[in-house]
Amino acid sequence: MKITEDSPSALTALDRPNSYIGRSVPRPNMARLMQGRAQFVSDVTLPRMAHAAFVRSPHAHAKIKSIDSSAAKQAPGVVAVVTGAELSKVITPWVGVLTHLKGLKSAPQHAIAVDRACWAGEAVCAVVARSRAEAEDACELVQIEYEELIAVTDAETALDAKTLVIHPELGDNLTFERVHTAGNPEQGFKAADAVVETTFVFGRHTGVTNEPRAIVADWNAGDQRMTVYQGTQAPHMMQNLFAKHLGLQEHQVRVLTKDVGGSFGIKVHTYADEMAIVALSKLLKRPVKFVADRIESFVTDIHARDHRVKARIGVKNDGTITAWEIDDLTGIGPYSVYPRTSGIEANQVVNLTGGPYTCPNYKARARVVFLNKNVMCQYRAVGHPIATAVTEGLVELAAAKIGMDPLELRRRNLIADDAHPSQGPSGIKFEALSHHAALAHLDSMMNYAGLRAEQAALRQKGIYRGIGFASFVEVTNPSAAFYGVGGAKISAQDGATVRLDATGAVFCHIGVTEQGQGAEAVTAQCVASAFGVPIERVRVIMGDTDNTPYGGGTWASRAAGIGGEAAWQAGKALRQNVVAIAGSILQAKPDTLDIRNGVVVDRDTGKERIGLDEVARIAYFRPDTLPTGVQAELVATRHYVPRAWAFSFTNGIQASYLEVDTDSGFVKLLNHWCVEDCGTVINPQLVDEQIRGGVVQGLGAALFEQCVYDDRGQLLNGNMADYLVPMAMEMPDIECAHVVTPTADSELGAKGAGEAGTAGAPGCVMNAINDALRPLGAAALTDMPFTPGKILRALGKV
Amino acid sequence: MKPAPFAYAKARSLDHAIELLGRDEARLLAGGQSLMATLNMRLSAPKLLIDLNGVAALGGIAVKDGTIEIGALTRHIEAERSADIAKHAPLIALAMPHIGHPAIRNRGTLGGSLAFADPAAELPACLLALNGELEIAGPKGKRTVKAEDFFKGLFETALGPQDVLTAIRVPAATKDTRVGFAEFARRHGDYAMVGLAAAARADGKGLAGLRLAYFGVGATPVRAKKAEAALANGHVDDAVTALASDLDPSADVQADGATKRHLAGVLLRRVAKQLMEPRA
Repeated sequence: MKITEDSPSALTALDRPNSYIGRSVPRPNMARLMQGRAQFVSDVTLPRMAHAAFVRSPHAHAKIKSIDSSAAKQAPGVVAVVTGAELSKVITPWVGVLTHLKGLKSAPQHAIAVDRACWAGEAVCAVVARSRAEAEDACELVQIEYEELIAVTDAETALDAKTLVIHPELGDNLTFERVHTAGNPEQGFKAADAVVETTFVFGRHTGVTNEPRAIVADWNAGDQRMTVYQGTQAPHMMQNLFAKHLGLQEHQVRVLTKDVGGSFGIKVHTYADEMAIVALSKLLKRPVKFVADRIESFVTDIHARDHRVKARIGVKNDGTITAWEIDDLTGIGPYSVYPRTSGIEANQVVNLTGGPYTCPNYKARARVVFLNKNVMCQYRAVGHPIATAVTEGLVELAAAKIGMDPLELRRRNLIADDAHPSQGPSGIKFEALSHHAALAHLDSMMNYAGLRAEQAALRQKGIYRGIGFASFVEVTNPSAAFYGVGGAKISAQDGATVRLDATGAVFCHIGVTEQGQGAEAVTAQCVASAFGVPIERVRVIMGDTDNTPYGGGTWASRAAGIGGEAAWQAGKALRQNVVAIAGSILQAKPDTLDIRNGVVVDRDTGKERIGLDEVARIAYFRPDTLPTGVQAELVATRHYVPRAWAFSFTNGIQASYLEVDTDSGFVKLLNHWCVEDCGTVINPQLVDEQIRGGVVQGLGAALFEQCVYDDRGQLLNGNMADYLVPMAMEMPDIECAHVVTPTADSELGAKGAGEAGTAGAPGCVMNAINDALRPLGAAALTDMPFTPGKILRALGKV
Repeated sequence: MKPAPFAYAKARSLDHAIELLGRDEARLLAGGQSLMATLNMRLSAPKLLIDLNGVAALGGIAVKDGTIEIGALTRHIEAERSADIAKHAPLIALAMPHIGHPAIRNRGTLGGSLAFADPAAELPACLLALNGELEIAGPKGKRTVKAEDFFKGLFETALGPQDVLTAIRVPAATKDTRVGFAEFARRHGDYAMVGLAAAARADGKGLAGLRLAYFGVGATPVRAKKAEAALANGHVDDAVTALASDLDPSADVQADGATKRHLAGVLLRRVAKQLMEPRA
């Protein structure tokens, strides 16, 4: 095994003789993926399996007057044609609310629309056939008569009295509102020497996973069990929801999640069409498969962002920030998504704005309104890119206004590294952050002074380059405060079970899941290090509700920090069990023994005493030779949940260096830096890949991505040619570095790293573009994505 | 995204393809880079797909009598790597790297791109700038159509229902030939927001026979004739100003009309520089 970057952790608690912590161990699943031997849901084929396709509403809002499926039912290969009304007898509707988001409301959502379609793309009828092609052929024969209703598509007017209320029983189109005031914002603005006020706009995005959503549901009437193969991030959450809405007990449902081709938060939600598949399987008593195609993905995979934030900052001439104010408005779909809700992103914007800074005077309002567009929910770095771009955009506009260097203004306002524990203006609690250390590292890493000199020299030649920054905090390792307290059965804890096999290898069954980020590798590293075996002897098993400890899965950057700690503790517990047996065999005290590289050794001298294979042989095959009363326990389970802090906040700072072609309005990204602090770095390569991948998604937000709707609620660019995901040719080099402040809540000390890149990159690029164009007198650009057209307009050229 | 059912026939010869085209709702399959996507999205649902890929007569690149002839089935990648095209049709060589991505160029054909006539595609504009012609075979035999007359409207060409585009011909470059090509695309490999293909002959310090063909600005590639006149006289600023009457680009999802018009001017300045430079 080739370890590409080898810097074993200096942390004593983790400094075991054969530690893999802090080392770039290759992913154990890499060969399988590269050889095409992965098992995605698309690869699952079962006897009698049928394929589903959906007839989807072409209208953003329409009454379904009639559905005539007689011709479709006669089409070749068709097994069944099922309407929403028919399926509602098999599966109950749901309402996406959480009790801790006060006032959050939504309407019951069905697996397939009943009587009314509320967005263009909502499933109206299912066709199940021998093949997907035959199902699609038959879909064309389903005759549906619609009566088009007025589509509510503008968040700005959704709450007006004259606007149609999408769900009349709710009274208005307001999903959720949060108002928060802290400190004394009014006095803060009065004390300011300068106030900057602007409106930030964020495009509507979607995650565009390589592998689309996919599910195979198999109701076995004999066993009275539902087995679901699903590309999900949270198998146990889905087990609960499938059972609940099909009227089954949880133990009657097994969710199996093998390889998953990317998630980014897209695959952690309840999708109506996937609920329809489990119901169809139950109805038809046979396996049913559904793989969303790319066109369906664009109109049904959750969308995110789409916020309009009016914002103000007060600042003194000495750079002291005196007050913040934001007014956020976001238009979601016609339903709050189940069970995590569509209120979380706006709630996060309120939580996180101003987060890195000491200024306590803060006034915020966030409103979430229903629209007849595709549903919205949590996508990588939920709320962070918005809150960070708003905060950091204000900070750099304020710095420009008072004529202060933007890094200097940050130095004067960021929470001091020795001031922790501390809290942000919204009241979010920080255990330990390292803003100043990160900033200092970034300053030297990017050669800030040198870049400023280069920038000034190039301006003389008519070349306009910009430097922009974004400090940020990131929510990771969520405790039960995120969802559990709101009544959702989404587990904040996770468990790991490790088992010594009969030859001395180790199996680890764990509740977190893998969608390509390397959770499997990190789990193996923790187990191998804590137990004491070469990593090749650890087999990790994930994604099976029948066979893994109950857990939350992988989201909110929790797999390494929470799952890793459970694996670490389980490995330690198994080590104790094994040295106890070894002690019996060797007639030595267990606490004088250790396990290193798969061998039981004398703890002090490292002298090899007995191989794990021999311990296993005796324990499993010749237990009669052990002393009376000694029973080997060769399985250990440990669970972990963060308790001391609601979230383990990470922090960091990013910088962007770019060039704006002032003739064409095109932006060329030249370089990007990220210094972040995710605590203990378990695998430097995987952490850097997470940072880089996250940055790229953030760069997409800044320059390219946006779901464009017309005023009738039609998505105009729902395909890979027109929805512009960032691609390699346009991406800069992304340099990463780390400050390490472990969380004391776990022994491992790891915080999450999955979303920091996405959190900071958009604001960073915005600031760099404005920095580049400031000498030209261009109006500040705050409306993402920054297309050539918008830049040319800011320059007065169009 | 599964295509509606269709019959498939592999054409044995050009005549066979033409004969098959006589059947109801038949379409030709060349590289399939646009057609397969439209089939999968059920934007088109022909009853018969006629596969041209085995028809050898549609391939080949030949230079004779001051003309370079390129078979319709020539793949982008062959054109990109062809020494003959680099030497005798340098504008096409310049345009090639801008067409999609390598995977697309490996399969896509020159004839397919021209027959499909996407208004944002590079090759139709190149052919228009080069004053090229297209050879078409139909039930009544072969005929030749000038590029000027080939592109009729949005995805609409002079090809009749039973016609096959067989080859394109452009005048071979001489030492006086000047060409220029530039486009703005949001990402490398995307269809252009606006693009410009240009060809001329050096005439002392000026340019003769200048043809500026814009793409991504209308239903077909568009000649900017007033700008041509101004630029031929060496007046770049006047040429850019003239674009206001030459072009009336409409908005699409990536840019509004005003932005496209501005970018057309930026392209003109850049391409003008290329046109002034002697060929290497």
